[in-house]
Amino acid sequence: MAGQLSIAKALNGALRKSLESDPKTVLMGEDIGKLGGVFRITDGLQKDFGDDRVIDTPLAESGIVGTAIGLALRGYRPVVEIQFDGFVYPAFDQIVSQLAKMHARALGHVKMPITVRIPYGGGIGAVEHHSESHEAYFAHTAGLRVVSPSNAHDAHWMLRQSIESDDPVVFLEPKRRYWDKGEVGEDPLLPLHAARIVRPGTDATLIAYGPMVKVCQEAAQAAEEDGRRLEVVDLRSLSPVDFATLEESVKRTGRGIVVHEAPVFLGLGAELAARLTERCFYHLEAPILRVGGYHAPYPPSRVEETYLPDLDRVLDAVDRALAF
Amino acid sequence: MTVKSTSRARKKAAPGVPDPARAGVGAEPELVQLLTPEGERVEHPEFPLTVTPEELRSLYRDLVLVRRFDAEATSLQRQGELGLWASLLGQEAAQVGSGRAMRAGDYAFPTYREHGVAWCRDVDPLNLLGMFRGVNNGGWDPNEKNFHLYTIVIGAQTLHATGYAMGIAKDGADDAVIAYFGDGASSQGDVNEAFTFASVYNSPVVFFCQNNQWAISEPTAVQTRIPLYRRASGFGFPGVRVDGNDVLAVLAVTRWALDHARTGQGPVLVEAFTYRMGAHTTSDDPTRYRQSEETESWKAKDPILRLKAHLEKEGLADEAFFAAVEAESETLGLRVREGVRSMPDPDPTLIFDHVYSEPHPLVDEERAEYEAYAASFEGGEHH
Repeated sequence: MAGQLSIAKALNGALRKSLESDPKTVLMGEDIGKLGGVFRITDGLQKDFGDDRVIDTPLAESGIVGTAIGLALRGYRPVVEIQFDGFVYPAFDQIVSQLAKMHARALGHVKMPITVRIPYGGGIGAVEHHSESHEAYFAHTAGLRVVSPSNAHDAHWMLRQSIESDDPVVFLEPKRRYWDKGEVGEDPLLPLHAARIVRPGTDATLIAYGPMVKVCQEAAQAAEEDGRRLEVVDLRSLSPVDFATLEESVKRTGRGIVVHEAPVFLGLGAELAARLTERCFYHLEAPILRVGGYHAPYPPSRVEETYLPDLDRVLDAVDRALAF
Repeated sequence: MTVKSTSRARKKAAPGVPDPARAGVGAEPELVQLLTPEGERVEHPEFPLTVTPEELRSLYRDLVLVRRFDAEATSLQRQGELGLWASLLGQEAAQVGSGRAMRAGDYAFPTYREHGVAWCRDVDPLNLLGMFRGVNNGGWDPNEKNFHLYTIVIGAQTLHATGYAMGIAKDGADDAVIAYFGDGASSQGDVNEAFTFASVYNSPVVFFCQNNQWAISEPTAVQTRIPLYRRASGFGFPGVRVDGNDVLAVLAVTRWALDHARTGQGPVLVEAFTYRMGAHTTSDDPTRYRQSEETESWKAKDPILRLKAHLEKEGLADEAFFAAVEAESETLGLRVREGVRSMPDPDPTLIFDHVYSEPHPLVDEERAEYEAYAASFEGGEHH
């Protein structure tokens, strides 16, 4: 796996390895066969593993997830692809009411080792329903695990860890980063649910995941030129959250800013801010701030730059935090 | 005159006033029947059935015991022992006939009313009551008897059944699946998606629709403009309408459908034309939406009485047999009654059990918080 790989290629390699290592692993989704998926994440896999392992499905999201549940009951380990974030809602019942609860309803007698891959988030100039961040819906649902990588190494290893997990995992792929390249190491560096400090700092902690990690790294770089040392934490896992790492960082810097693309109201940032305030109250120099999308439908792409947090909006929040 | 006829035409086309006659759903065409309501054995050229007298008596016993179990549960709900009950009264033949058609390796995906199928799969009836009493949300290992957990969201289980059937096909196994659902569920997207998946993958699944005429208060005419079994043709597989109150016809048709599925010929839709004699659930009041004459007319088609009439007419069972079944039903009633009443409430920490199969720090943390909170009450009031 050594060398620079795009996130897309890293994901493709992870799926290939998973198909090779476990004959019970099957991929399902729309256009994932000959086309290799609309983002080519499954490129070449049907050719090498056959249409019995890499299954083109009817155009029906609830059907894709619902039949994956049946396959899991039969002992399979399905990895399903939802073509775009905004298309997952027809499968919402199957994910939150069926998939998430099956293990508990069966008193632990059955497992649901299903990975639901969803390209999510904006920034690629797409049309309506192709740019949404719905992680809070899934992280809010007990029984699901929700993760999102931000770089090629994590994309590869977190996907393999998700597929190996006996729990259902909603695997959110930051689609605007698909073509970003990075080193993919020979081993995972962390367990699936550990957060990672990607840049150490002392003045404030930027907490981000998926597509916003890069924005926060750029903001920290820019702030350094002004003499501000910002710490950047990549959350990686949205359920469960690695609060130990966050808490340690925020206690040390005294300030925390959560950055995500999803609307701020009732988003993941609200939960992180509340819990970090409870745990770090006497260490805080400022309230935990949030930077994210507005309480509006995801906008037409010509104005999405207004909606999406960028370097300036993050730095503005840093200014506000440091002004306390 | 012109005005009048226009308004009549508009009324007829208006939504909310489905016309059962126009839909053709109220009629009883093309019913496969092997036993008349009077208990006469008739032959059907496409669905022959050979049953021994012993098998006939065994089916009778199933019907009686399932009805008794159901009646006991209804009573227990009225006595406050169950929070809710979904009665199968009137649908015993549809469930026992299809349940007895299954082989050991076959798998059933029920709704929340398939108590008779559970009986045929040898699931302990008390297991079924846990969810309705509120001590769990499912409560059994589905793989133990190849009987999946009850599914409450309408139609969702038909996709699970289809996925399971896709797995059977992948394994090259000689098994099949039955997905149970009702006439109301036929309107759901999931059921239609299940038909599509099963059809394009040629999966070994039998879609078993118990058309009991009512989806809570909505008649079948609100769900469809054609007889339900004909839906199958649009998806490219066969559909059969069977007399759902005729246990022999249901057995023959379901057995044929399962064999059709397991031999690689793809899915089948079986519409068991039957009637829910009671309420949708114990929360419901059917007198508000349907006529007593309708219910009375279905009483004449009672699945137990017709098999009893047949056994008597043919001299296949004597008084001692009927008395023995009755005694067994008393024993079952007692076991269910006592079993429910002595069913313990779960430990509150059940909330945290099995949310995930691997450790999840948030669940662990909240469990610890709850346990500390609960412990703070111990002896606290006396100090």
